[in-house]
Amino acid sequence: MRWPVLIPLALFVVLLGFFGVRLVKMNQGDMPDDIKTVLIDKPAPQFSLPPLIEGGQGFSSADFKGKVTLVNFFASWCVPCRGEHPLLAPLADKVQLVGIAYKNKPEDATAWLAGLGNPYQVVAADLDGRVAIDFGLYGVPESYLIDREGRIRYAWKKPFSPDEIQHKLLPLIAELSK
Amino acid sequence: MKKLLIAVLAGILASSAFAVQPDEMLKDPALEARAREVSRDLRCLVCQNQSIDDSDAPLAHDLRVLLRQRLAAGDSDEQARKFLVDRYGDYVLLKPPLKKTTLVLWFGPAILLLAGIGAAFAVYRQRKLKPVADVLSAEEKARLDRLLKDESAS
Repeated sequence: MRWPVLIPLALFVVLLGFFGVRLVKMNQGDMPDDIKTVLIDKPAPQFSLPPLIEGGQGFSSADFKGKVTLVNFFASWCVPCRGEHPLLAPLADKVQLVGIAYKNKPEDATAWLAGLGNPYQVVAADLDGRVAIDFGLYGVPESYLIDREGRIRYAWKKPFSPDEIQHKLLPLIAELSK
Repeated sequence: MKKLLIAVLAGILASSAFAVQPDEMLKDPALEARAREVSRDLRCLVCQNQSIDDSDAPLAHDLRVLLRQRLAAGDSDEQARKFLVDRYGDYVLLKPPLKKTTLVLWFGPAILLLAGIGAAFAVYRQRKLKPVADVLSAEEKARLDRLLKDESAS
């Protein structure tokens, strides 16, 4: 047997290795259909949003200054948001936790928060979803961690899992809050 | 037959135009045509394999409207495209741009094809050059004789 015969076998082994790496990564939550954000380490978009509840406090990008902020886009019509909701309240004493109701009727979003509890320190309304597009949002819920200088440092473009919060989000918050 | 073909084609064209609602279209037909052209090459991020021009997803609608606002405000096609790439990355383009990180994507298949042709050619040449014995060995001759004898006996 001469060595060129082994080339297809070698290629096959390389292919298996490639599949193996992808499978392991998928097991760790890195899905091939995830769309990676391009905004990491870039300044957060400039915006100013009205409060969800009339008379409440709105939110603008100037409010990022000096505080580590987690921006969470949610909607009352979004079923995965319901699953994520209980995970958010424990974060409120670690970051400035801002909820943005994405394309949601204010009365619906308000009723949703009244029913499940409001984990946010500030809730703003993005009625036409225009600010969300500046964040590169393509679904709800999505969350963005913004540092004291107003730069986006982390994005999670699906519902949080306890694991993600424990191993990625909290350590990063601790680091940025130093 | 020709008429039928035209009718079918018209049907296909009409059905693909359904996603764009009349109320989102621009009044200026030239600008609207540009918007259609640009949006055909922009990926709907919800459905991922449709352009925003084809998609009924609410986000695709929002992006179409936004794109038209940008064009109406005087953006060039390139500027409008860049506006979305800045937010969603190259992924939003259905045609990936040619740059360092996409070289393998663009030229990988052609290189693999050439490598395959090269390999096939090498194997073919090797086979052809292999000397083929044109005389039968003693063993083969004996077997042939035996077979021929069997043939004549039956």
